Amino acid sequence: MNVSTMEAALLLAGVLFMLGLISVLIRRNVIFMLISVEIMLNAAGLAFIVAGSKWVQPDGQVMFIFILTMAAAEVSVGLALILQIYHQLKTLDSDAASFMKG
Amino acid sequence: MENYIWLIPALPFLGSLLLILFGTRLSRTAVAILGVGSVGISALITILLGLQFLSEKPAFYHQEVWQWFSVAGFNPSIAFHLDALSTVFIFVITFVGFLIHLYSTAYMADDSDFPRFFACMNLFVGSMLKLVMADNLLLLYLGWEGVGLCSYLLIGFWYKEPANGYAARKAFIITRVGDTAMAIGLFILFQTFGTLNIQTILTEAPEVWSVGTQMAVLVGLLLLGGAVGKSGQLPLQTWLPDAMAGPTPVSALIHAATMVTAGVYLIARMYVIFDLAPVAQLAVAIVGAVTLLLAGFSALTQYDLKRVLAYSTISQIGYMFLALGVGAWSAGIFHFMIHAFFKALLFLCAGAIILALHHEQDMRKMGGLRKRMPVVFWTFLIGAASLAALPVITSGFYSKDQILWYTLAGPQGSIWLYMAGLAGAFITSVYTFRMVFMTFYGEEKTHVAHPPGKVITIPLVILAILSLVSGFIELPHNFAHVALFSGLMAPVLPGITANELLAANEWMFQLIAAVISLGGVFVAYLFYQKSPALLASIENSSFAMALHRFWFSGWGFDALYDNLFVRPYVFLANLNKRDIIDSFYTGLAQMAEGFHVMFSQTQSGVLRNYVAGIVVGAIMILTISLLL
Repeated sequence: MNVSTMEAALLLAGVLFMLGLISVLIRRNVIFMLISVEIMLNAAGLAFIVAGSKWVQPDGQVMFIFILTMAAAEVSVGLALILQIYHQLKTLDSDAASFMKG
Repeated sequence: MENYIWLIPALPFLGSLLLILFGTRLSRTAVAILGVGSVGISALITILLGLQFLSEKPAFYHQEVWQWFSVAGFNPSIAFHLDALSTVFIFVITFVGFLIHLYSTAYMADDSDFPRFFACMNLFVGSMLKLVMADNLLLLYLGWEGVGLCSYLLIGFWYKEPANGYAARKAFIITRVGDTAMAIGLFILFQTFGTLNIQTILTEAPEVWSVGTQMAVLVGLLLLGGAVGKSGQLPLQTWLPDAMAGPTPVSALIHAATMVTAGVYLIARMYVIFDLAPVAQLAVAIVGAVTLLLAGFSALTQYDLKRVLAYSTISQIGYMFLALGVGAWSAGIFHFMIHAFFKALLFLCAGAIILALHHEQDMRKMGGLRKRMPVVFWTFLIGAASLAALPVITSGFYSKDQILWYTLAGPQGSIWLYMAGLAGAFITSVYTFRMVFMTFYGEEKTHVAHPPGKVITIPLVILAILSLVSGFIELPHNFAHVALFSGLMAPVLPGITANELLAANEWMFQLIAAVISLGGVFVAYLFYQKSPALLASIENSSFAMALHRFWFSGWGFDALYDNLFVRPYVFLANLNKRDIIDSFYTGLAQMAEGFHVMFSQTQSGVLRNYVAGIVVGAIMILTISLLL
């Protein structure tokens, strides 16, 4: 893998990550926040793949599989929580779920 | 019989425990039986044991009940050591205690706190017995503090009156000053001898310390400090007159017959230390001599019947200290025994009068009681005669004469101490018969509501008989030479020999003492019976009035201590009212609370803020790690 491809790929990963992060920060809908987190995870995964192919090591791909598994688990828990929030509050607005504020 | 020694203190403790636990549920009769019975059985055992002691004449009985604790070679036990000295004390405590308990059943009959009274009284008797029977100083100290506690509880018995609570606290705090000195003395003894066993210390002390060693003097003075606090001697005497706030039987038992003589017991018990410390022993004599004079003058001016008796108690214990201070050990203990009889008698008579006059204690409002209360009059007269040491017939004469004699003729005697004792004897007899004339003669000023019943008069009669006859067990050499008491004391306390030059003329000094005593009675008769106008003309001069005020207030000691200790302390306490030192700690707490408020603001409950926080934090950490 030549340098310019790698830089472009890492740039893509960084852009993806920033997009995810910004939308987590500005979105109020919980489902969109969950999706944004997924985007951030995949951005990180892409960075791992790029690094793995740069040094010709399998570790990057192994790490990506870890991230996928973790993301699946996270989504299942996250969706269950979202269902509960909707059930309790009849809304998906994350700001409404602020009972535990100090 | 000696296997039952432990029962003597155990029974009053048991009585007290039962009364504390079940007292309120029992009938008054049951409480009385329990309270009086426990002390009564103790007295019975004591008398049987005393008879056995007199017939067998052992050096001592010893009984170890159990090991108290054992720490690093220090293993005091709950053990009782009964020699002649403690036998005399337990006889007085249980027997006089029993009579006073019996009397109390009538005196306290109308009181709503009847069980509490007897619970405290039994606890007191138990503690006092433990004090005088203990074979080690730690157990003695436990008893010492126990009687202090009971004294506090009983002075403040009628606690709804704030003045009584104040008197109780005053007694407790002032005696605590002496107790602290004594505790330090015990620490030094333990450090030196590695044990607190009394007999071990007494045998080892002469080997470790030579006569006049600084350490021995220090220990002697510290023990004297403890004794002075407990016995109401100078300079810690101010609590005793106020202690009269308690019920009269309490004054009779605790503040006349037994507890206040604990100091005398302590000094006599540790006599070896004082033998090794002549300075400390001289201090004992001087404290006694000065106290007996000061208290005597104060007693002259009091109007409250019980306060006269309180000052007289201080003064008489001064005599005992004087005797101990000149090495007349046996004479001091002899006077303790006689004093316990006649002073308990006088207090109980005073109680009978106070009860009959609806708690009137002011002698100016009494008078003419001779016809109304004949039994009380005659027994009071006997007690007063014994206190004033009227010659030949009263026991007080024999005990006091012995003290005066050895104060002059003993090896450590001095003419100054003798003169103080003699002056004290004169004052004693004046204030005693002032009391008699003011109370029983003249016109009746307060009507006698109900004359005392049999339960009150029987103890009076028994104590009156004892006040008359108990002196005959120890008669002067030139009289009949009966020396039963000093013979009994000989194995425990060293004897004393009088100066031979003076001994030839002993009768002359007895005559002086007798004349002094009778002279005091005559003066009292002149002033308070025959021509009160003469007294009034003296009293009305401005100097006499100032002196009267001064003596009435107990030589201004209360005011002195108030200015010297109480006011500065209250001032400091007021300064520190807002907790200056605490402000550091409250500041810490306030700081923590401030942080808490600040951080809890960040818990907005808005998910996006948290994410922003994490992002900012991550960026900060990344920046720092890049920069470093």
